[in-house]
Amino acid sequence: MIAIVNYGLGNIKAFQNIYNQLDLSYRVSCTPKDLEDADKIILPGVGSFDHAMNLLNNSGMRDMLEHMVLVKKVPILGICVGMQMLANSSEEGVTKGLGFVDGCVKKFSGDEFGELPLPHMGWNEVDTLNVDGIYAGISDRAKFYFLHSYYFECEDNAHSVASSDYGKRFSCAIKKDNINGVQFHPEKSHENGIQLLNNFGRL
Amino acid sequence: MLAPRLIPFLLIRGRGLVKTVKFANEKYVGDPLNAVRIFNEKKVDEIVVVDIDATVNGQEPDYKLIENLAAECRMPLCYGGGITSSEQATHILSLGVEKVSLSSQAIIQPNLVKTLSNKVGSQSVVVTLDVKKKMFGGYEVYTHNGTQGTNQNPIDLAIKYQTLGAGEIVINSIDNDGRMGGYDLKMISSIKEKLTIPVTAIGGCGSMSDVASLVQQEGIIGAGAGSMFVFKGKYRAVLITYPNEDKKLSVLNSYKPNHVITELK
Repeated sequence: MIAIVNYGLGNIKAFQNIYNQLDLSYRVSCTPKDLEDADKIILPGVGSFDHAMNLLNNSGMRDMLEHMVLVKKVPILGICVGMQMLANSSEEGVTKGLGFVDGCVKKFSGDEFGELPLPHMGWNEVDTLNVDGIYAGISDRAKFYFLHSYYFECEDNAHSVASSDYGKRFSCAIKKDNINGVQFHPEKSHENGIQLLNNFGRL
Repeated sequence: MLAPRLIPFLLIRGRGLVKTVKFANEKYVGDPLNAVRIFNEKKVDEIVVVDIDATVNGQEPDYKLIENLAAECRMPLCYGGGITSSEQATHILSLGVEKVSLSSQAIIQPNLVKTLSNKVGSQSVVVTLDVKKKMFGGYEVYTHNGTQGTNQNPIDLAIKYQTLGAGEIVINSIDNDGRMGGYDLKMISSIKEKLTIPVTAIGGCGSMSDVASLVQQEGIIGAGAGSMFVFKGKYRAVLITYPNEDKKLSVLNSYKPNHVITELK
């Protein structure tokens, strides 16, 4: 059973629609009890980092989430801000992240970035280093939908498993053991996204 | 490389899809859910659905229809029409919609843009400006389907909404709507050059060469179109079309990027 963590943010409905179509069982989880028998966890998120962290911290689910991911090693997929929350901290706010993967979330900026509009919005190519796991069956440089102004900078580059270009090359997917994160929105990326969510659901 | 976006704009009246010319002379073009299913198959970049009755008639958004549309969409969906409060907007986002668009209400209560962007994040807040040429030069923003002038120019308003937290500005040319004679490139450029957030243009697109002219001038931009995706031929027969991936990318990627990619070490 895939638990979709509902702490008040993210397009929960889009995941439900896709998992209905794929005929994979899921549960929209609002309490720790809803999480405890999950064998996969999806952590969605949109909006600002602090707002998302505060909502999660106040949801009552954080301790159970940590237990499931760090102790029981249940696979988790953080999406967009849900991926950023896996980091230690973000330049966007002052609240601490979950710290599941060492890294800091940074804002696109600087000379190399030039005058590109922010947020980074639209379809961009994803170069995956990983051809198996959740990327199985997805071609290299496949396009996914992005909508964000901040990106995850891993402390250890080995945890960065895909990258994309927007003024600079940035890490758009991370993986450390059972912990996965993607900056793009698989739930809104046509067949590539559905494939990724299907792969994750069947890990 | 990020590609410019090619976006069908669908107008809803009652529960049917319509298409207008210069914001009038509307023609019924079909069922919105069916259209979204077809656009799914064609793998469109994004889709924008605007209820053109809601604001004018003072109606609440049709939540059931929005929910059904969102459930169908395999691509990002932006909804506009009849949103007057951040509660309504938040509810719409919870139905599975990525972005909400404010138009008349952004003029009436500009702080709604700020409240909403603080609440849901600027990435989900779009402001649409319906723009008309003034008789003696310059441009003016209109509301309520182009029926009420605001006496304000689109550049000032666009900057204002960006400052208030909008994540995207849609520039809609009333003069060019439905005429399929090309975008108002001069107007789009004059607004976009003042902004740091993404811009989408709509109004006038009649062919992929109009899209090419837009992206060659503006680079990364949303290219919106209505008529081009729902009509075919000079008698405007209703037929939903969208270019295939190769054709689309050959046009969208025809601009020269104005930045140099640095490699990740």
